[in-house]
Formats: sequence, C-alpha cells, structure tokens
Amino acid sequence: MDRKGNQKINTKVTIAGVTFKNPVMTASGTFGSGMEYSDFVDLNRLGAVVTKGVANVPWPGNPTPRVAEVYGGMLNAIGLQNPGIDVFLERDIPFLTQFDTKVIVNVCGKSVEDYLEVVERLGDAPVDMLEINVSCPNVKEGAIAFGQRTESLYDITSRIKAKARQPVIMKLSPNVTDITELAKAAEAAGADAISLINTLTGMKIDVHRRTFVLANKTGGLSGPAIKPVAVRMVYQASHAVKIPVIGMGGIANAGDAIEFLLAGASAVAVGAMNFVNPYTTTEIVEGIEDYMENYGIEDIAELIGGVRE
Amino acid sequence: MSKKRKVWASVLSQRMLAPEIYDMWLASDLAAVAKAGQFIGVYPMDQAHLLPRPISICEIDAERSALRIVYRIAGAGTAEFASWQPGQKAALLGVLGNGFPLQEARHKKVVLMGGGIGIPPMLELARELAEYAADVTIIVGYQNDQLFLKEDLEKYGRVLVATEDGSAGTRGNVLTAMKAEEVEAEVIMACGPMPMLRAIKAFAGERGIPAYISLEERMACGVGACLGCVCKTTRKDAHSHVNNARICTEGPVFEAGEVDI
Repeated sequence: MDRKGNQKINTKVTIAGVTFKNPVMTASGTFGSGMEYSDFVDLNRLGAVVTKGVANVPWPGNPTPRVAEVYGGMLNAIGLQNPGIDVFLERDIPFLTQFDTKVIVNVCGKSVEDYLEVVERLGDAPVDMLEINVSCPNVKEGAIAFGQRTESLYDITSRIKAKARQPVIMKLSPNVTDITELAKAAEAAGADAISLINTLTGMKIDVHRRTFVLANKTGGLSGPAIKPVAVRMVYQASHAVKIPVIGMGGIANAGDAIEFLLAGASAVAVGAMNFVNPYTTTEIVEGIEDYMENYGIEDIAELIGGVRE
Repeated sequence: MSKKRKVWASVLSQRMLAPEIYDMWLASDLAAVAKAGQFIGVYPMDQAHLLPRPISICEIDAERSALRIVYRIAGAGTAEFASWQPGQKAALLGVLGNGFPLQEARHKKVVLMGGGIGIPPMLELARELAEYAADVTIIVGYQNDQLFLKEDLEKYGRVLVATEDGSAGTRGNVLTAMKAEEVEAEVIMACGPMPMLRAIKAFAGERGIPAYISLEERMACGVGACLGCVCKTTRKDAHSHVNNARICTEGPVFEAGEVDI
C-alpha cells in the first residue's frame, strides 16, 4: 500500500530474507546513524538506514580539508572516522531501533581480525544486515585493499560469513578492471548480497595555491557525476551474479532510483545527495510510488532488471 | 535548538561593500530562530555546484523576517550569489551551528574581534549583546582602508580599527590595536583567519581571559553527518570519541582552550 492508500501498489523488496518496506536506503557515511537527518526525514519512511562505517576501536580519520566540491559532485577523504563499536552499540543502535525501518550496519577494519571482531560484537545486536566495507579508497590499511583483488575479497567474505549472524552485503569498489569478477568472487564466497558502487578515486588541485585541495591528496568522488558509471556497473554485476544487488552512485531523484532498479538493482541507496537536499530519500519513496501508479505497475519486482534489451 | 530546514528565501537587496565583498539581505523565516554566531548554507542555483556554502549571519531582523549576509567571492558559488538581484529565489539550509555564548558576556568588559571576512558575524553579536549590559569594544582588522561594516558596528560599541597596510587605524592586526589602545578584556569573542585565532588563543590563554572563537572549515552537509569539517579538540568530545569536534554542529564557536588549532 502506498501513502495515498492505494492497496494495489507493492513497494516491498526482500533481500536475503529481510523484507524492506521500500527499496530506498541511505548510503553508508552520508547519513551518520540517522540522528543528524531526523530533523528533515521521518526515518520510519525509509526502507533501511545504512550506518556510517564502524570499526572495532575508534578511528580519528584523516586531517582536514576532508571534502571538496567538483562539477556535479564532491570528493571526500574522511578516512572512516568513527567512535568504535562500543559507543556505536550503546548510542547508535538504541537510537535506530526506535524507528520502523531496517538497520544495516556498515563494518570497516584494518585487518580481517578487526572486521571479525565487529561482526561478532554485532551478532546479538538488533541489526538486520551487515554491509562490509572493502572499498573505501581513503584509508591506508584495510578497506579497499581487501576489495580490489578477487582472492582477497573471497577470503575476507568467506571468513566473515563463517562468523556473521546476520546476512552479509559486500560493498564493492568501482576502482577495478572488471566489476563482474569481484561480484562473482563475493557470491562464490557466500555473500548474501552486494552493494555498489563505492566512490571513484579522484583528485583536485588548487591552481592558485598549487596545492592539493584535500589533505589526503586523493579522495572518493561521489554525486551525480558518477551515476552513469554506477548504473553500468550495477547492470554488469547484476547480470554476473544471482545474489541481489543494491545500487548506489549519484542518485538524486526517483528517476535515478528507478534507473538503477531497471539496471538490475533490488534496492538503492542515496549518498552525497543527502548533503544537497536532505529530503532526497523520502522524495524518492514518494516518486517511486507515483511512477508505479502512472505506469500501472503493481509490484516493484516488475521494475528490477526490467530494462528492455 | 530549532529544527534545521531547507527553505526557499528571496533576495531583498544586494550591494557591493568593497572589492569582492558583498552585502545581501534575504527574506526568510529562518530569521525567527537564528542567533549571533550561527550560519546558514546558501545553495548555488547552478546545479554543477551542488553543496551549500556555509556563510555566517551578519544581521538578523526577526520583525522583517530577514537575514543579512556579508560574504566574499571565494569561488564559483559565491560569485553566483553576487550576481543575484532582488526577487531572486535562493535555497537556504539553516539555521546551523551553535552561536556565541552571550550569557558569558553579561555585565562584563567584552572585546569582539573580527578579521577580514570574519567581521560580519560581529555585527549581530554586538547588537544582541546590547541586552546583556556588557561593555562592548569591537576591534576589526582589515587589509586596507576598505572598512566595510565599520559604521554599522559603531552603533553598538566602541570600534577600533587595525589595517595591515596602515592606511587606517593601527598598523598591524587586531591584537596590535588592542595592546596599542590598552583595551581591557574580561571576555573575548572572535572570528577571522586561523593565524589571527591562534594568536588570540595564545594571548587569552596567557592572561587567563575566556575567549570564544568561531572556526571555519570546508563543509559538505553542514548538519553533522559527513564529518568533513572537524577540528582537533583537547578533550574527547561526546560525539566522535576521537577528539574531533564537528565545526558545523559542536561549533563553529568554541572556547579557545577546547580546540587544538
């Protein structure tokens, strides 16, 4: 049922046995744990909140400047600053469980053991799914190092799957030669789903000062500028594997979200555009309902992978 | 704290105050909840430039439901703002940040220090301090004799000027002027470039004067989610647990001793 009481419309999607009221999620790192955006967005209306990455211990992140704007997007090199799993379990999880939305916790680490510790600590927590960050380009150890080679991705995925009590989503990097190889490695290792794309590694130079704009020199490019790359990779990945794909990369409105669904995504996440328009997520929830009504689509499943070849 | 919102405003007036420095009044109901030291995010209309620009509030007219910003052209976004004419629609995010702790100035000799484009928030601060029976001295530092906002500030306190090139007031910076004029301070409130804020922190620290400084950093979200605009803090703050306060949320105003700048 949609917000206007239309009984015919089904926007629910199920991924690895978890049913979401709609396919609209937040992309990790762009929404905190929801608190900062609860002034703007009724979190009950979202399919899921995907949290900022959390590690076994607090991480200070990178020096500033950490962000820079570029045409149609932005670069960030936050460096996965997070308060660590202890604070996260005490503060962020109880906040999120007040809402009628699914909770997906993004997990980061410097070593496989770091990841496993967080996954174990989350085992008894009221968390619906885990998203494993093996694709952040802004930290020197861990993260992307696990996600750019099929062997290491297979290894970390299978070790996490052996410990995890919740279904596992592997978040993939676009900074690879062939996304389908990585998608297949995650699937073969037992991942329940994959999400893509994380940011594309970029750089910006200040021509007046002749310096790098970001203290980290490089940063992850996100925003509408990367959307065509993301749609292409979601299309390729979803045709390479049978597990569900969660699509993200520059989604700004319902049309963008539907484009990802048509390309093969079972759900979508809004990232950088939260910073531009804090109401983006709920506007997309409504826009998808309107689109389905306009085109007489009763079940959102009809849209998933529905692009006409 | 009031709820943050993204709202449409309209430009009431726009004029150039000095080369690259513009003065704009915006009609917005955010004026009803804004206070001195807070800021707003102003969005370029050009969709190639997506992020809101954090700009300090220079003056609040709650009766007219209007906000004044005085800003410097620093790039494509602010260059676009300077082209806006009365009637232009503008998207704002606000009200953001914590603001100055006015109660700390009650019945005290308070010295406000503004340097360059850090001067504008001193105007609303001086205006609001009138209700706190504070003895207000305002020291403003400019590069040259383009003394924007000086006359406005004179309505609310004694104004001393420092210029880098010596073309007006004391040659030097705000602290040079403070020492030259032997200004006494029981509390300092300041906004300006980082070297000025560092000098004020050191000066106030040596003398045991409480100082509240407004910091600036590149921001994305403006609401505390992205963790782009952090500054080092001396104590572990409740949010980050890693001595990284968010300038947009825990700040932009910090007690100088709390931050490691």
